[in-house]
Amino acid sequence: MKITILTIKALLLSLLFSPLALAAGGGYPLDRADVDPTDRASLQRGVRYFQNYCAGCHATGYQRYERVADDLGIPHDLMMDNLVFNKTAKIGDLMHNSMDPAEAKAWFGVTPPDLTLVSRVRGGPDWLYTYLRTFYEDPSRPYGVNNKVFPDVGMPHALLELQGIQIDTCQDTSPNERDPLTGEKVCGLSVDPQRKGSMTPAEFDQMVYDLVNYLAYSAEPVQEQRKQLGIYVFLFLAVFLVFAYLLKREYWKEVC
Amino acid sequence: MGNKIMAWVDARLPVTQAWEKHLSKYYAPKNFNFWYYFGSLAIFVLVNQLLTGIWLTMSYVPSAEAAFASVEYIMRDVEFGWLIRYMHSTGASMFFVVVYCHMFRALLYGSYKAPRELIWIFGMAIYLALMGEAFMGYLLPWGQMSYWGAQVIISLFGAIPVIGPDLQQWIRGDFLISGITLNRFFALHVVALPIVILGLVFLHILALHEVGSNNPDGIDIKKNKAPDGIPLDGIAFHPYYTVKDIVGLVVFLFVFCGIIFFFPEMGGFFLEHANFEPANGLKTPEHIAPVWYFGAFYSILRAITFEIGPIDSKLGGVIAMGGAIAILFVLPWLDRSPVRSWRYKGIISKTSIVVFAFVFILLTWLGTQPATEMYTLIAQICTLLYFAFFLLMPFYTRWEKTKPLPERVTG
Repeated sequence: MKITILTIKALLLSLLFSPLALAAGGGYPLDRADVDPTDRASLQRGVRYFQNYCAGCHATGYQRYERVADDLGIPHDLMMDNLVFNKTAKIGDLMHNSMDPAEAKAWFGVTPPDLTLVSRVRGGPDWLYTYLRTFYEDPSRPYGVNNKVFPDVGMPHALLELQGIQIDTCQDTSPNERDPLTGEKVCGLSVDPQRKGSMTPAEFDQMVYDLVNYLAYSAEPVQEQRKQLGIYVFLFLAVFLVFAYLLKREYWKEVC
Repeated sequence: MGNKIMAWVDARLPVTQAWEKHLSKYYAPKNFNFWYYFGSLAIFVLVNQLLTGIWLTMSYVPSAEAAFASVEYIMRDVEFGWLIRYMHSTGASMFFVVVYCHMFRALLYGSYKAPRELIWIFGMAIYLALMGEAFMGYLLPWGQMSYWGAQVIISLFGAIPVIGPDLQQWIRGDFLISGITLNRFFALHVVALPIVILGLVFLHILALHEVGSNNPDGIDIKKNKAPDGIPLDGIAFHPYYTVKDIVGLVVFLFVFCGIIFFFPEMGGFFLEHANFEPANGLKTPEHIAPVWYFGAFYSILRAITFEIGPIDSKLGGVIAMGGAIAILFVLPWLDRSPVRSWRYKGIISKTSIVVFAFVFILLTWLGTQPATEMYTLIAQICTLLYFAFFLLMPFYTRWEKTKPLPERVTG
């Protein structure tokens, strides 16, 4: 009986502190991205970064160039000249890339996945936002980097030249700075001052935010329209409810 | 002119007679409460599923190569395709919400008891067909969870002695889940099962209208009739309950549309995250969870972790899960209480119903979670309570003291 009560207690506690967020990140605490699908400037930068740094390996093959251009307010000619690298592609085509899946598998161990829906696959943008910022140096890996959110990932650090190389200070054995109150080691990921990238950490975070914002958009391009329409539907239902209720009251007057 | 046309039609087809029998002169008890909205809501959701389903079929491509992409095509390129798809996916989950509430109402007020046993049996058959319909429909988007969820459920048939492995292969139509499985599930989901469900719903309503509706007091309103033969506590379904059900429908639509427009994934419970990744037979997801509405039975399946004599844990789980569904069919004969409604039953019945509801919700939730040692233990306790509720029912309903029934319905 005692066990039952204890387990029920534990269960209720776990219900309160739902482990969903943690489970999605494999235990590593995720940073919040707070994406904003109405921030067009950010989305436009995002698609630019994606096409330049990601699209070589990753397709977004469920989405069309035209849809992205129209939703993000990019004129078609600008889109075609600067963001479509496949010169045989038309504006209405799906955003495939020219990497051969079989060769890609030989190079990376897995074919780089299509990223149209990656934000939804990962249960929201926070995972991506944290993942792209937690590559760190690990000589034991084929590309010299490992990842905190996705340990032993097959992907190289594609944004290395921008971020610089991060070092996990928790792993080195030299005496770390210690918190004066708790005495715990103060450590984590930080960019090696000798091997900085072309962006400051703040610039890099903003860049990843834009990229993730774009991927969150691409996972469900209709989300803004969906919420807007939802408000009108609610307004209609509210009016309908009043009349439906009055009609019911009118008829039910006779029922005693 | 209108009357003449109706007379012409009525002489050839009993339209007016049917209208009166089922609506304008169908006398329902006047004391229906909150729980009585879910019958008409179930019909609404059924129609929603049929209509949105027809429109989805216009753009969906049932093949292993194109199914996943065609769903995204619906979400992006088809005019309002996203709305039709969310209406269908939300409708699937809400169908079960509505049906569970509808069944719980029957449990509260003893609506399954004589003379309504057949209504309950038809209802259970609908529920069973609905589970099949939902299971097969879930394979169609051809996502990772579609694939692996179907893999788990079909493998359950493999636990059946002797014929198991062959049966599995027969269901799949292949040595593993493939485009062949997808195509046959598509045929069953869009043609076969909807016909079965519609037929059963027709029988369910026909049987109901033959004996009349129960009510929260569980007393027979036909015992007190006015000189004109109309029950004193009865009111015509139309217009009284049609106008009342419209109010209930609008309130339901607030919830329904709230999900469609603002939380279509429902935190991963209505649309699972892993299902946004195309099916891959070589990559097993870390955690295979059924959609929430199968959670309770999946929990019972997993709760059997031990061998019972010659029965291994897998077959034991399948038997327990099958038993958990099968026992619902005989509910009308397990309840030996002289009264129908829990309002007049004894304290043991009342407590049992509340505990059972809690246990069912807990099992449902557990089914969506990974099976840790503690969760498995809780699932085992809940499974025991689930079966105890039904198996002890013939005893506690007979022995407990019931309250006297009122002559007429109370508010």
